[in-house]
Amino acid sequence: MSRSLALHLGLVALLLALNFVLPPYAHGNLARVMTLAIYAIGYNIAFGYTGLLSLGHAMFFAAGMYGAGLLLRFTEAGALPGFALGLICGAGLALAVGLLALRTAGVSFMIVTLMFSQAIYLTILYFGAYTRGDEGFVIDSAARVVAGFDLGDSGVRYLVAWALFSAALMFSLWLVNRPTGRVFVAIRENEPRARLLGYDTFRLKLQALVISATISAASGAAYGLLFGYAGASFAGVQYSIFPLLWVLLGGAGTVIGPFLGTLFMFYLIDLSSGITDAYMLIAGVTLIGLTLFAPQGIAGEIRRRFWRALP
Amino acid sequence: MSAILETRGLSRSFRGLQAVHAVDFTLERGEIRALIGPNGAGKTTFVSMLIGRLAPDAGTVAFEGRDITALPDHARVARGMAYTFQITSVFSRLTAAENVALAARRRLGTDRAAVAREVAEALARTGLGDRAEVAAEDLSYGHQRLLEIAMGLAQRPRLMILDEPTQGLAESEIAAFKALIRDLAAETTILLIEHNMGVVMELADRITVLNFGEVLAEGTPAEIHADPRVQDAYLGTERAHA
Repeated sequence: MSRSLALHLGLVALLLALNFVLPPYAHGNLARVMTLAIYAIGYNIAFGYTGLLSLGHAMFFAAGMYGAGLLLRFTEAGALPGFALGLICGAGLALAVGLLALRTAGVSFMIVTLMFSQAIYLTILYFGAYTRGDEGFVIDSAARVVAGFDLGDSGVRYLVAWALFSAALMFSLWLVNRPTGRVFVAIRENEPRARLLGYDTFRLKLQALVISATISAASGAAYGLLFGYAGASFAGVQYSIFPLLWVLLGGAGTVIGPFLGTLFMFYLIDLSSGITDAYMLIAGVTLIGLTLFAPQGIAGEIRRRFWRALP
Repeated sequence: MSAILETRGLSRSFRGLQAVHAVDFTLERGEIRALIGPNGAGKTTFVSMLIGRLAPDAGTVAFEGRDITALPDHARVARGMAYTFQITSVFSRLTAAENVALAARRRLGTDRAAVAREVAEALARTGLGDRAEVAAEDLSYGHQRLLEIAMGLAQRPRLMILDEPTQGLAESEIAAFKALIRDLAAETTILLIEHNMGVVMELADRITVLNFGEVLAEGTPAEIHADPRVQDAYLGTERAHA
């Protein structure tokens, strides 16, 4: 077993062990962090590995959340079909958006993805009769049951979040070691060169975006199902910026970075809000410090200093 | 011998200026052809149209008898053409081995053992065997040029287009380069865009001279060397413009 596989399996094992020892408050937090870290892992495939700086990933998160949430709200289909529909919505949306947005690159790509995401946000508000707009809706706890397990129960919730997070993490590790993942990196580093090695970079970027969006949608669907709520704020600009921040803090283009960044940011806000109402001030200063002294993020810095082969 | 690459009436202009004008060009399978010409003669524009980085205004390009004018660059590479950049364009943050592996993997896919073999061979042939795990950006300029060629080798192309491969190389490196190209000529057709006349005269089977976007002359090194029109073009005397 390679060191990197050992590291990632070690994290998975550690998170499982924490289920049995953490006090209730931290236990709940970590379930939330793991669910959101799936989103960061998805974002990292597009941004960290393929170099696609999207400012509109909230639309994919929301596609998963509403795909699952609306199905449960209006039908008796159940949580598993809801989760599956969430994934399909995210993948389908990414395919459509990608075909258009990937004709652009760089700053234009940022703007186009931002605009598409805003269009989705406004669509959610427009169909307020079904989505209840900003206010959102509670997903009935009776519907959030899989094989007799209540997803709202804190123990079940932790384990489901852990299982999904672990799957996303190990998938991500597998993907970036595959030839396809290596070509994603090649596109990030030097797209014209990748084309002249015979790679159809448009198709590959579309592939990366769809994978990224599907994982992001899984996070959105899981969030809705585990925490029982869907609201339009999850489709807003803020939720497009979050994964970018998490990934930058944790280390873009590292498999473990998205989790570290999500955890760090969550506790940074949690701890600083315990000290002062102006918690964003403390969070902001810390973020500036990190960008100054570890510009490649936490895992990126570890890779630079100690472990060059960290995937 | 049969033609591996043919252009007919290939033309391209930039804002009314004819960079390449109605070029008919035939490259025979297995030869080493040099493409030379004074600065601004249209060499880079011409090869950019061959590999598909630039679309022609008029004319056609055929590779192995099939019209590829409408194909994008990556599809031409997938059919067996390779191109090394004039300005070094490697994946600078990746290791030399990974650079070459990217070139080999499109053909060999997930067969890790075959990719590793191909990488080792391409690096050894270009003399980079002991630099495999060095990041490309940490290689010397000459070694980066060689890495470009190693990436070309690993694609096992049937036609290799080398754009100014010896630019910036030291004399000793040029000697090694010449040996490598001679060795390579047994496996693939080579189109060499080159400034260094010593390299051209020594390596090329035939030479094509471009001037003002048109083919000025074509022939063996001896013929080109003796051609007064070529001398004029390079010396820029009155007759060249007449």
